[in-house]
Amino acid sequence: MSVVLQDAPFEAGALLTAFSAGRTETGAVASFTGLARAEGGGTSILELEAYPGLTDAEIARIAAGAVERFGLQDWLVVHRTGRIAPGEAIVFVATAARHRREAFEACDYLMDYLKSRAPFWKKSHGPDGARWIEPTERDRTDVERWETP
Amino acid sequence: MARVLLFGRLADVAGWRTRDIDGSSIAEIRAALASDAPLAEALEGRGVQVAVDRVIVRGEAALTAASEVAFMPPMSGG
Repeated sequence: MSVVLQDAPFEAGALLTAFSAGRTETGAVASFTGLARAEGGGTSILELEAYPGLTDAEIARIAAGAVERFGLQDWLVVHRTGRIAPGEAIVFVATAARHRREAFEACDYLMDYLKSRAPFWKKSHGPDGARWIEPTERDRTDVERWETP
Repeated sequence: MARVLLFGRLADVAGWRTRDIDGSSIAEIRAALASDAPLAEALEGRGVQVAVDRVIVRGEAALTAASEVAFMPPMSGG
């Protein structure tokens, strides 16, 4: 159960292999990898800002909610910060549970919360200058799915 | 006095990211920042949250000389 914020690129396959190793009571590992898009040449670099000490604590709090809700055995969130080139991974989420439904849903839940509730600020740099990217209406409705009784 | 941090577009609007500002409450910090009208307007914008000592607070909070006050615009990870 851990959060890693790092400037350096990561290899999602290696993270998944390490996360999955040595599990004899886990029936399901689900993972998600988010990549930076070039947006048809509109984005040459994505810049991700975090607030160390608050960003990691908020992610851990969100994940604790997923553990309780889905009965997760384990989770891992790795999130890039700094400058990210198109095609590079921005975020990696893995979840481990006894059964697949819980692992899938918890991974989906964590990503929905990361998109609009985790303290990150994302700026797109491109030929037309720089612009801040804020959560879309879709991001808001995605996270609200988990909040309706 | 508190250490004030601005994140995301708020730092772009202000032209700074970290500054020591006199104030013993969030309201006093906001008042001290009000001389920069574009920043003051951005701080009142939709979805701007405040953290004191790396904990998100709603409403007011008492500050000490060692407090760190962060103004955070809408968040977007992933």
